[in-house]
Amino acid sequence: MAHAFFGGIHPADRKALSCEQPITPIPSPKVVVIPMSQHIGAPCQPLVKKGDTVTMGQKIGDGAGLCEPVHASVSGTVLAVEPRPHTNGGKVMSVVIENDGRNTLCPDITPRGEIDDLTPEQLMDIIHEAGIVGMGGATFPTNVKLSSGLGKVDTVIVNASECEPYITADDRLLRQEPERVLSGLRIILRIFGLERAYIGIERNKPEAIAVLQRRLESHPGIRLQVMKTRYPQGAEKQLIQTITGRQVPPGGLPAHVGCAVFNAATCAAIHDAVYDGMPLIRRVVTVTGTPVTRPGNFLVPVGTLFDELLKLTGLKEPAAKILSGGPMMGVAQWRTDVPITKGTNCVLALSKKEVFSREHPHCIRCGRCVGVCPMHLMPLYLYDYERRSDLEGLQRMNVLDCMECGCCAYTCPAGIPLVQSFRTAKQKLKNAQNKGPEVRK
Amino acid sequence: MNENQLALSSSPHIHGKKTTRSIMGDVCIALLPALAGAVYFFGLRALAVTLLSCAACVFFEWGYRKLMKLDSTVDDLSAVVTGMLIAFVCPVTIPYWALIVGDFFAIIVVKQLFGGIGKNFVNPALAARAFLMLAWPALMTVWVPSMSHVSILSGNSAVPDAVTAATPLAAMHTGALPEASLLELFLGRTGGCLGETSALLLLAGGIYLVVRKVISPRIPLVFLGTVALVAFLFPQGGASGLQWVACSLLSGGVMLGAIFMATDYATSPVTPWGQVCFAVGCGLITMFIRYFGAYPEGVSYAILVMNVCTMLFDRIGRPRRFGLRKKKGGVKA
Repeated sequence: MAHAFFGGIHPADRKALSCEQPITPIPSPKVVVIPMSQHIGAPCQPLVKKGDTVTMGQKIGDGAGLCEPVHASVSGTVLAVEPRPHTNGGKVMSVVIENDGRNTLCPDITPRGEIDDLTPEQLMDIIHEAGIVGMGGATFPTNVKLSSGLGKVDTVIVNASECEPYITADDRLLRQEPERVLSGLRIILRIFGLERAYIGIERNKPEAIAVLQRRLESHPGIRLQVMKTRYPQGAEKQLIQTITGRQVPPGGLPAHVGCAVFNAATCAAIHDAVYDGMPLIRRVVTVTGTPVTRPGNFLVPVGTLFDELLKLTGLKEPAAKILSGGPMMGVAQWRTDVPITKGTNCVLALSKKEVFSREHPHCIRCGRCVGVCPMHLMPLYLYDYERRSDLEGLQRMNVLDCMECGCCAYTCPAGIPLVQSFRTAKQKLKNAQNKGPEVRK
Repeated sequence: MNENQLALSSSPHIHGKKTTRSIMGDVCIALLPALAGAVYFFGLRALAVTLLSCAACVFFEWGYRKLMKLDSTVDDLSAVVTGMLIAFVCPVTIPYWALIVGDFFAIIVVKQLFGGIGKNFVNPALAARAFLMLAWPALMTVWVPSMSHVSILSGNSAVPDAVTAATPLAAMHTGALPEASLLELFLGRTGGCLGETSALLLLAGGIYLVVRKVISPRIPLVFLGTVALVAFLFPQGGASGLQWVACSLLSGGVMLGAIFMATDYATSPVTPWGQVCFAVGCGLITMFIRYFGAYPEGVSYAILVMNVCTMLFDRIGRPRRFGLRKKKGGVKA
């Protein structure tokens, strides 16, 4: 690898638990809870009210500004429009739909025509109307990524690295439905007016690599870049560096270095939106973990509750921790009646044995955190400054560059919760900035 | 399942295998070959001194944390490492009471008063040695010849032939080649501090630490490399450059210092370039003291001086900010 990024770690990938399980549609859930906020940006306003009848794919929330619409993932009756628990830990305005089990399609859902007849603007509009956001977890509105990159982007990269342990959703998607991903990529290339693209994938997915290699014979402009398995290879900035050698400047976006990165699942969703007119209302979710009886990959309507999935897969032993996302960057859930959102790629259960915590950690200055930080930070100093609330020091050491990948905390022999400390640090900086300029400096 | 029994914590939710305790345990294991050598060369008193030193260090660490109502850090084994290292840098004849005073100084004054593990700004074992050298120089410079086993019970004064043996470094300090052959120096059949004599056994421990990824070889290699370069450029005693290099590397405490002391996490820089600067400094000051100093050996003072500069080197070696490089095909914006 010519441009391998600095640092990173090699956690046990644990993907064998679920990687041989084909994607299976789950039995239609009785109730779905669809949050009005499933992306980075302004939340949607609900367009329906209690008692309304909705069809599958009907738009039920929309808004102005940086806002992507949300759609009903089943057909049925609106039970409630009220704040409900969300995977982010709080409660978010949600539309609760009782499923009538008929999957009545919304009449708006029709193929949008041949892509050669559509202008880039029309294509972006279709993608926006379909409510497509980055499905790797960051949930950045795809339409904004496309429009802000117009004229700047010279390299499109599909992120198929899936570097988090346990998760196999993208791996399965690429093995089973590579054409949807490639077709979505073609649409992206058409919008940018480009011919060439890269697909970045980690070496630990040999089947997906073989499938793609066969398919790519008929897609001459698209190059498969097989990368060393190393976390966080799938982090946007690290992926761009590995493939192009360019480094996104601090605080910058990939477009600043002429790149645009799209998750493999996002590409498939773009294909569905353009060729079938289908908005983003379901996604592949890996449900896995040692306590899970039958781990697998499932096609899940957005709004399905975690409970529903865990009931389906069964639990051999009570889960001590339930995560939305992977073990490195996933969010621990305090309850299981939270819904799958557009960005949820994994529901991970951890057993009591696997829950890690250490009391009274003492930094021994071993420097391992510095050696693994892919953002070139010095976590041990950031931790020290955060504990002393030294805001100037935090800023000097660029705490805001931290993307919370967790390499430092994973590797810390003292078991210091470094990522938690840096989140606190960022909040402290934010609070100080809101207070006034005298503390800013 | 809404009862709040689910564990909540910040990501990441998995953790690597290395712990402070496993690291310190590895360092203890790496010191064992040299300890075995010391027992072979100097007799069972070497073992008694080491065990007592460890016990005293652990006791002081436990007692201080208990007294100050702090969490106990005895479990992390760092006090055991300090205890072993203090024993290694003392002559085998050291009276037990002086050893315990050294342990007290290292654990209480140097380590705990500054906040405990990771917070001390100089190496506790070397600070203890420096303290003992200043307080009781006569006790710290008694050298018995190798293979003259000292009784476990005897104190310093009871060792009849103790005073006579000259260490290889003492000879080199006067500008002459040591009497011992290079092979004897390498194996450790020579006078010196308890754990410093055998380059072979110390190297074995060092390789173990590198293989176990406890230390990076950077500091030891650059430290030893600097010593070798200075020795090569300025040989003494009519020796050839290479001969003087070999003698300089194999005698005195430079092996022990480079592998086990200069690599102490708390008191060495964390960045690669910082470590290189640090190690070059250690090597230069060591040779400066050996050539021009009043003492024959300068390793401990060299490391202590560089310890104090650790923060400075961390600043020098700070990694370039991600996204701010200038390189072909690099940042365009």
